[in-house]
Amino acid sequence: MDSQGLDKLRAEIAGSRSKDMPCITVCGGTGCHAYGCLKVAQAFRDEVRKRGLEDKVSVRQTGCHGFCERGPIVVLQPKGIFYQRLQLADVCEVVDKTVLGDELIERLLYSDEATGKKIAAEHDVPFYKKQKRLILGGNGFIDPTDLADYLALDGYKALQKVLSGMSPEAVIAEVSASGLRGRGGAGFPTGRKWEICRSIACGLKYVVCNADEGDPGAYMDRSLLEGNPHSVLEGMIIGAYAIGARSGFVYVRNEYPLAVENVTKAVEACRKQGLLGKGILGSKLDFDVKIFKGAGAFVSGEETSLMASIEGRRASPRQKPPFPAQSGLWGKTTNINNVETWANVPWIVRNGAPAYAAIGTGDSKGTKIFALVGKINNTGLVEVPMGMKLREIIYDIGGGLKGGKKFKAVQTGGPSGGCIPAEMLDLPIDYASLAQAGSMMGSGGMIVMDEETCMVDVAKYFLHFTQEESCGKCVPCRIGTRQMAEILTRITRGEGSEGDIEKLSAIAKTVKAGSLCGLGQTAPNPVLTTLRYFRHEYDAHLKEGRCPALVCKAFVTFGIDQVKCIGCGLCLKACPVKAVTGQLKKPHAIEQAACIKCGACFEVCPPKVRAVTKETGKTVPERVQP
Amino acid sequence: MANIEAVVEGLEPVQSELIQALHQTQAEFGWIPPEAVARIAKHLRVSESDVYGVLTFYKAFSLEPRGKHVVTVCSGTACHVRGAPRIVEEFERELKVSAGQTTPDREFTLETVNCVGACALGPIVIADGEYHGQAKTADIPKIVEGCRCRAQGRPDDKDR
Repeated sequence: MDSQGLDKLRAEIAGSRSKDMPCITVCGGTGCHAYGCLKVAQAFRDEVRKRGLEDKVSVRQTGCHGFCERGPIVVLQPKGIFYQRLQLADVCEVVDKTVLGDELIERLLYSDEATGKKIAAEHDVPFYKKQKRLILGGNGFIDPTDLADYLALDGYKALQKVLSGMSPEAVIAEVSASGLRGRGGAGFPTGRKWEICRSIACGLKYVVCNADEGDPGAYMDRSLLEGNPHSVLEGMIIGAYAIGARSGFVYVRNEYPLAVENVTKAVEACRKQGLLGKGILGSKLDFDVKIFKGAGAFVSGEETSLMASIEGRRASPRQKPPFPAQSGLWGKTTNINNVETWANVPWIVRNGAPAYAAIGTGDSKGTKIFALVGKINNTGLVEVPMGMKLREIIYDIGGGLKGGKKFKAVQTGGPSGGCIPAEMLDLPIDYASLAQAGSMMGSGGMIVMDEETCMVDVAKYFLHFTQEESCGKCVPCRIGTRQMAEILTRITRGEGSEGDIEKLSAIAKTVKAGSLCGLGQTAPNPVLTTLRYFRHEYDAHLKEGRCPALVCKAFVTFGIDQVKCIGCGLCLKACPVKAVTGQLKKPHAIEQAACIKCGACFEVCPPKVRAVTKETGKTVPERVQP
Repeated sequence: MANIEAVVEGLEPVQSELIQALHQTQAEFGWIPPEAVARIAKHLRVSESDVYGVLTFYKAFSLEPRGKHVVTVCSGTACHVRGAPRIVEEFERELKVSAGQTTPDREFTLETVNCVGACALGPIVIADGEYHGQAKTADIPKIVEGCRCRAQGRPDDKDR
């Protein structure tokens, strides 16, 4: 199909869809999947069919809407009515009252935490109100398995614009002028990267989409690939045209089966419509994409490892230079960009570089998607202009901390990043500010921590992670991360000794300096930032025998308040090692020698009673069995 | 080994097909049997040690058969700060194996995963493909029992 054919197809799609026709969109993101959204969508389809409304009402399973906390999410278009936590039993009533009638169902509406007021429209919900969803916005309207939905939202118009007279140099100039920087973490200017690849004379060039999203607590790339795969492919085709590549790969993490499925379907649809293959849209551009499934190694997100993996080898990184542009896949020029970066490209081409550059700060343009997770009220994916203050993201969009707890830190940048303390809540979120704070943008995970999170434990968690994921090539990374993890484990077990902190700092320096790839170079960041901002917590463990957050088992003692206990027996039943003793309706007690400190008793004790206590610093720490 | 022939048949004899070949073998058998390693090596014209080197590097491949039921506990950061370590420990106690191991009767494999991207539901447990969000230590025996019930065709109480 040529470009005019595509225009015609788009017009046909628009003609067949009335703007006023009710459409029930059911979020199909991972979070909602876990809540059972598939059954909800099917129930809507059945209900519509049962009533013979197929021509009047459509049902669409879309990509992730972002507000994972409130799943399953259903938005009724065209009015944009936002129903949350919708259950199977509600389906019939929703069709009756809101789809066919004009009545709102109060209990399904979002209620504002502060005022208690019910909010009907999606865009009025505080979680969405302050966001700027340039890239993520399409997710809520598109059935990712249906190319027509993407076309209806001006999909592939950017590609048409590029192929109808923009030179490759002009495309690169546009992307450069937009100020777009790599969204995978390092933030290299995208236009510059393309320019280098373009300038190298190489018969065979490759473009690669890095969808090996390994940072725990970040899932925006997954949501994009699952929810709007065509936006990523459109970006890649434009990139291939600009660079002069004829072949591309999407390297997807094995743990994301739905993303693999949806992007594979999208590629097939593109081939069918002449958007991939020979002579794309009647032009001279030949380009095709292959989907490559990763196999569960965090380090394969590093670009040289990723290429080794595609070539069928162990995903070990190598020295740079040569950079992938100089010698990439099979020694050829290769351009690797992250999912979110690719998805930004069509928007920039469609709306122009100045519009994009108008958003954000001096050196960080556009928007960034963050995964706001952890001890936060509104867990979900948020897309905000660069430069927004942390406080706005956490309190205005995120709705503050769960259970009204006190904010302690936010961890950004995954295992490569660091913990930012409460004093820095007014930090604007951009590449430079985060780096200055000792953290990094990373892929955009934002894990909120409250007073019940132990920062030494967090550092230990990340070091265990990097130690496990280190490929083993560089000695400082392989042994250094292990040593740091062991020292941190000792500290959290109450076996720390004087000089541990100095040792940690020294090893951190060596690992940073002596590692080949980003994994090792940034692995010490969680330790360095917690030492910088939360030294007092390390001291509490080392010198005072306390874990202020009551997390590290060695420092915690569970007990039962003899006055408060009503002898309900819940804790006795829950205890896996029979350490709780007592008779029904009489105060119970915990035998300390038998207690394994699993916390089961604390969890089950009714909130009204709260007889089970958790304390720290009471006894000299004993060795806990590993 | 008729099945391994079906796997290699569809693959081009080049090293870049290796990970694909291992994925398919893992899906077909539930593990990578030694015979398959030899057959893949021959077909792709690489050494067996190359195949071992690659398959032991990646977590997706296993040199041991896995259990009938797979229980995966998410150990992503969001789940960690919400108490995932306690959940893992409880499963270890309940199933009497360490994370990453399979019970001697090959009924259960207990795994941890770095992040499944369902952070709103943390700590999250995936048992035989079913998600159990905001898991508590007290839920664990029920989750294990649920797997057994479904395998025997008995109805279990958790159906939403």
